[in-house]
Amino acid sequence: MSTLTAVTDATFEDEVLDSDIPVVVDIWATWCAPCRQVAPLLEQLAAEYDGRVKIVKVDADQNPETVIAAGVTSIPTLGFYRDGVRTDILIGAHPKPVIAEKIEALLA
Amino acid sequence: MSFHEVELVIIGSGPAGYTAAVYAARAELAPVVLAGSVTAGGALMTTTEVENFPGFIEGVKGPELMESMRQQAERFGARILLDDATRVDLVGPIKTVETGAGETFRAQSVILAMGSAYRKLGLPDEERLTGRGVSWCATCDGFFFREQEIVVVGGGDSAMEEALFLTRFASKVTVVHRRGEFRASKIMAQRVLDHPKIEVAWNSEVAHLNGAEKLESVTLRDTATGVERDLSATGLFVAIGHDPRSELVTGTVDTDAAGFVLVDHPSTRTNLPGVFAAGDLVDHTYRQAITAAGTGCAAAQDAQHFLAALENQATPVTEAEEVFA
Repeated sequence: MSTLTAVTDATFEDEVLDSDIPVVVDIWATWCAPCRQVAPLLEQLAAEYDGRVKIVKVDADQNPETVIAAGVTSIPTLGFYRDGVRTDILIGAHPKPVIAEKIEALLA
Repeated sequence: MSFHEVELVIIGSGPAGYTAAVYAARAELAPVVLAGSVTAGGALMTTTEVENFPGFIEGVKGPELMESMRQQAERFGARILLDDATRVDLVGPIKTVETGAGETFRAQSVILAMGSAYRKLGLPDEERLTGRGVSWCATCDGFFFREQEIVVVGGGDSAMEEALFLTRFASKVTVVHRRGEFRASKIMAQRVLDHPKIEVAWNSEVAHLNGAEKLESVTLRDTATGVERDLSATGLFVAIGHDPRSELVTGTVDTDAAGFVLVDHPSTRTNLPGVFAAGDLVDHTYRQAITAAGTGCAAAQDAQHFLAALENQATPVTEAEEVFA
């Protein structure tokens, strides 16, 4: 169903921190209704920014290390990463233009 | 950007919006529902069991109830869009509603059912610690507080439900309430009072949120004596009520001082002809799924009568224009 790469505790470093292009990390869980509503927007954005930004998802239930390292206590949370550093964070479910603005800032 | 001519646009998709959609669709008004890009289904999407919606003996999960309402509305021909109303012009006979995805709807009538948003505590560190211990969604975030101490603020049914839900994860839940008794329903209040993991801090309010990187404790203030004390907590869930989401129409549709849209009770008519309002956007008293559904039903019927009257007027108006031409 989802076209976004699922990143795990084991692959986070490779996929996110060592990525050649900026990355948006969506921390979500199956029980989180707002997360399910954001997911299709992220897929649209992934297509629109294809090649410039990578959007990946982390299932909070399966990947405790990543969740703890990110200091996340609310989902959905989007982390914006460039050159291995998190430069911004967006907590909660926000409309597409709000997320797009954060992505533009990540690319600037 | 594309334009659509429709009879009725419904903004919002909680019990009020979806019930309005069911009735309007059955009246063959082919309503367009702007359900919200990330808020579709409304406030019940983040609740667990709804035990007081009539017809469900064992209760129903909030998201399941909303999904059923959505499908019921679609079955009769409502068009439900996961899109946000971003700008409206409701004053003239033709209303325009612009959406986040760049659509523009021109409609003869509009039902406002945007619902309400969680009220914040209004503390200086609240924003900074949001997502770092401070949360508004127990069903989303309870998981992150396994074997930790949590505070729930509020005394209504929402606060009771959150506190009870959070006992699945937390080692201890403290309900902080400004008064000496809950205003929640008796059954919910009793469950909280009887729960071994829950303590209640009566006559208390949260004065400060403490923690550098994440929430570590809250400072409670006694509402009678003003005496403050610190309570260790890594999670704080706020359930002190809701504020109407009327920003979209502020300035054109009459509201009260708190932002609730004013209607001509018992109808759902606002001050603008062809504009109706229902649900928590209007209701500062009952705020139940069933009362929202009830006013949504009324709004659809009001809109239907309004549209029928427009159609009946259409002929005489043309004749009058010819006479005066």
